[in-house]
Amino acid sequence: MEQKEARNIPLALELKGITKTFGTIKANYNVDLELKHGEILALLGENGSGKTTLMNMVAGIYYPDEGQIFVDGEEVVIRSPKDAFDHKIGMIHQHFKLVDLFSAAENVVLGVKDGKKFNISEVNERVQKIADRYGFIIDPKEKVHEMSVSQKQTVEILKVLYRGADILILDEPTAVLTPQETAKLFAVLRKMKEDGKSIIIITHKLHEVLSISDRVAVLRKGEYIGTVNTSESTESSLTEMMVGKKITLNIDRSEPHDVVERLSVSGLSGLNAEGLKVLDNVSFTAYGGEILGIAGIAGSGQRELLEAIAGIYSPESGEILYNDPKGGAQVNLRKKTPLQIRELGVRLSFVPEDRLGMGLVGSMDITDNIMLRSYRSGFVLLNRSDPKKLAEEIVNDLEVATPHLNTPVRRLSGGNVQKVLVGREIASAPSLLMAAYPVRGLDINSSYAIYNLLNEQKERGVAVILVGEDLDVLLALCDRILVINSGRVTGILDGRTATKEEVGFLMTKSDRVENTDPEGGAA
Amino acid sequence: MNVLEFLLSALAIGVTFLYGSTGEIITEKAGHLNLGIPGIMGIGAACGCAVLNAMMPLNADAAPFLPPWLIVVLALLATLAGGAIMGLLYSFLAVTLRSNQNVTGLAMTIFGTGLTKFIFASLEKDGVTYVRAKYYFRFPFNNTTSALQYCGVMVFLGIAIAIISSVILTRTKVGLHLRAVGESPATADAAGINVTRYKYIATIIGSAIAGLGGLFYIMDYAGSNEAYLTIEALGWLSVALVIFSLWRPYLSIIGSFIFGTLFIVGAYLPTLFGLKIDVATSNLVKTLPYVVTIIVLVITSIRNRRENQPPASLGVSYFREDR
Repeated sequence: MEQKEARNIPLALELKGITKTFGTIKANYNVDLELKHGEILALLGENGSGKTTLMNMVAGIYYPDEGQIFVDGEEVVIRSPKDAFDHKIGMIHQHFKLVDLFSAAENVVLGVKDGKKFNISEVNERVQKIADRYGFIIDPKEKVHEMSVSQKQTVEILKVLYRGADILILDEPTAVLTPQETAKLFAVLRKMKEDGKSIIIITHKLHEVLSISDRVAVLRKGEYIGTVNTSESTESSLTEMMVGKKITLNIDRSEPHDVVERLSVSGLSGLNAEGLKVLDNVSFTAYGGEILGIAGIAGSGQRELLEAIAGIYSPESGEILYNDPKGGAQVNLRKKTPLQIRELGVRLSFVPEDRLGMGLVGSMDITDNIMLRSYRSGFVLLNRSDPKKLAEEIVNDLEVATPHLNTPVRRLSGGNVQKVLVGREIASAPSLLMAAYPVRGLDINSSYAIYNLLNEQKERGVAVILVGEDLDVLLALCDRILVINSGRVTGILDGRTATKEEVGFLMTKSDRVENTDPEGGAA
Repeated sequence: MNVLEFLLSALAIGVTFLYGSTGEIITEKAGHLNLGIPGIMGIGAACGCAVLNAMMPLNADAAPFLPPWLIVVLALLATLAGGAIMGLLYSFLAVTLRSNQNVTGLAMTIFGTGLTKFIFASLEKDGVTYVRAKYYFRFPFNNTTSALQYCGVMVFLGIAIAIISSVILTRTKVGLHLRAVGESPATADAAGINVTRYKYIATIIGSAIAGLGGLFYIMDYAGSNEAYLTIEALGWLSVALVIFSLWRPYLSIIGSFIFGTLFIVGAYLPTLFGLKIDVATSNLVKTLPYVVTIIVLVITSIRNRRENQPPASLGVSYFREDR
C-alpha cells in the first residue's frame, strides 16, 4: 500500500464536478471523488443521496450532464457499459442481471468478444481459475436458478473480473446477504485489494464501512460532503456527515387530541421470498389522532410491515390487533385478506409506494380507479355516477392537473397520480391511514399538499402511519417516530424532541458487528 | 409392407411439422411467439410454386428450360425468400413497433393464408405441370411407387436443419446469445448483445425455415398444388409441436414423427388393423397430436422443471430501461 501511494502515481479514478439531473431533480450536483489504486473506498449516504446515480455514470448506465471522469489520470468518456469495461471498470448492480437458466460460466462469458473459439469446458476452467484466485466458492456448471442470492452475487463479481476489470464498484452488496455471507464477501474483497484492484463499495451500513474500507466518501442529497480516512472516523462522526444539520421546515404540527389506541402490533416476524428475515419481532402501537412516522434505510422491512397490516403480506408470527373506533371491538388482522379485512368493517386505507403497480391501474381513468374501491356496490350494473362525482371532487379539491376525467392515470405526472391515490384512500373515511413514501418524486408544492392532507386526517382522529425517507420531514410532521433497522424496531422517539443524529444512528447502528469481524469466517 | 408404408408416410408428413417447429423454436428462443407460422408456411409454398409455375413448360411432354436440380433450388430459394419477407414483416411489427406478439402473429396467419389462396388460385397452369416437378423433389426416390417416394431430398434437409439448429443453439456462442435474448433481454443488452438484431435475424431465419415446410407438403408429400388448403392446419400442428418438443429442435425430430403417426393413423386403421371407421372418426383421430400436446403441457407443468419451460421472456416486448 505505502509504495503504491507514492508520488506521481495517478489516481485509479477521479471524478470532477459531476452533475446529473432527472427532470427537476438534481440527483448529483458538482460531485468530486478520488479513488486510489489498491484501496477500498466506501461511498456512504442516505437513500436518495445520489450514490447509485453517481456510480452509474462511471459504469456507463447514465451520462453526466456536467463534469469530467479521469481513469489513471487520463480523461475518459463513458457512454455505455462497454466503454466502462474498455477502461477496466465493472459495476455489480443491486439487481442482478443474470440469465437464470444458464450456468455460472455461461453467464460470465455472455457477450464477451475475446475472439476465442467458444468452448464451454474451457470457459468453465477459466472461471474456476478466477474463483480460486480470490477465494470464491462456486461451481461454474451450476445453473443460476439453483443458486442462493450470495452465489448469484458471486457470479456477477466473476462476470466483471472475467472482463478484466481493475476498478470494481459494488452497489449495496451486503443488502441481500446474511452476516456470514457478508464476512465471506469482505474476505474476497480484501484479497482483491491485495491483488491491486481498486474497489468502491456503496453502502449505508456504518459498521461495514468501518470494517472494510480504507477511506469513506460521503454524499448527502446529491452533494459531495467530503472524504475521510476510515481509521480516523467513528460511527457517530460518519452519521453526522451523512445526515447533516437539521433543516427547519414550515410544516404545521398540532398537538394530538382525543388520542385512542387504534392498532397494536406485537411480535410480528416474517421472511421474504429469499427466506431472509425481513421482520423481526416488531411491536408498536398506533393511536388515532396522531401521525406515527416510520424511519429506516430502504428495505429494512417497512414495506412488509405495512403490507402485513393491509393483508397483502403474510407474516410468520405475531399479532395485529385493530380497535374498532365505534364498537370498541378488537379484531386480529393477521392472515386475513384485504377483502376479509374490509368485510370485518375495518376502515383501513393504504397508499403503497408502488403507485401505478399496487395503487392504481395506469391504463384506467380516475373514475375507474376510484371504482376499484366501490365496485362491490350496485346491483347488476355498476354505480358509476357516485365515483364520478368523487373523482370530480378530488380533481377540484386537490387541484389534480389532468386534461380530462377520462385521461388514463398513467398519463398524469407523479404528483397528480399521488393526489388521485391519496384522495381516493382518504375519501373512504378511514380510521387507519398508511402511506409509504407519499411524496417521493413530488415537487415542493405537491409535497406540502400531501402533508396537509395527512394533518387533516390526524385532526379527524385517524391513526396515520407514514413511512418516509426524508428525516427532516419526519421530524417536522410526525408525533412519534418508529425507527426500523434490518426488520427490528431500534427505537420509538418523540417527534418533537428527537434529533436527526439520534434517528440516523438508530437507522444505521448495528448489533451485528461481531459477525463482520475480519477474521470471522474469512477462511 | 403396409406397416413400412405407414411409417414412411408418417415420417414424411412429420417433416412438414418439423420445418415449421424448427423455425418456430428458433424464433421463440429469441423471445418471440410467432403465431404467423401457418400463414408463413402457406406463403412459402405459394412462392415456391409460383417459381415452378414459371419454370415448367405448359406442355407436359416438352423439356423444361433448366436442369431439374436448378429448378428445385430456385423454388427453394423463392420459398426461403417468401418466408423471410413474412418474418421481416413480423419483426418490424413486433420488435421495432413493439406491437402485441399474439395479435401480430394471428394477423400474419390471416393475411398469409388469404394471400396463399389468392396466389394459388391465380397461378394459371393446371396441375399437370406440377406432376413432373414433384418428381424432381422426390429425388433420389423419384422412380419408386412405394411410400419411399415421399422421402425425397427435403426430408433429409429438414432433419439436417433441425440437427444443425440444435447444435447452434446449445453449443455455440451465437446460440448462447440468442437464448440469453429470449430468457432475459435486459441481461443480454447489458452484456453488449444487440438484442434487436438477434430478434430480427432469428425471426427471419425461423420464418424462412418454416416456409420450406409448406413447399415440402405441396410438392413432396401431397404432390399436388391443390393441397394448399390444408397447410394452415399443419401450421398450427407445428406450433403445437414446439410445445411438445419442449423447445428443443432435436426432440422435435422425434416429436414430428410421433405427430405424423398420429395424424395419419386414422387413414391406416382399416388396412393395418382391420378397423372400419367412418370419416368423422378418422378426422377425430387427427386431433390426437393436440391431445398429446396437452398431456405434455400438463406433465411439464406438474414437474415444473425450469429447463422445460418456454423462454422466460417469450411474448414480452423488450423496452430498454430509460429514465
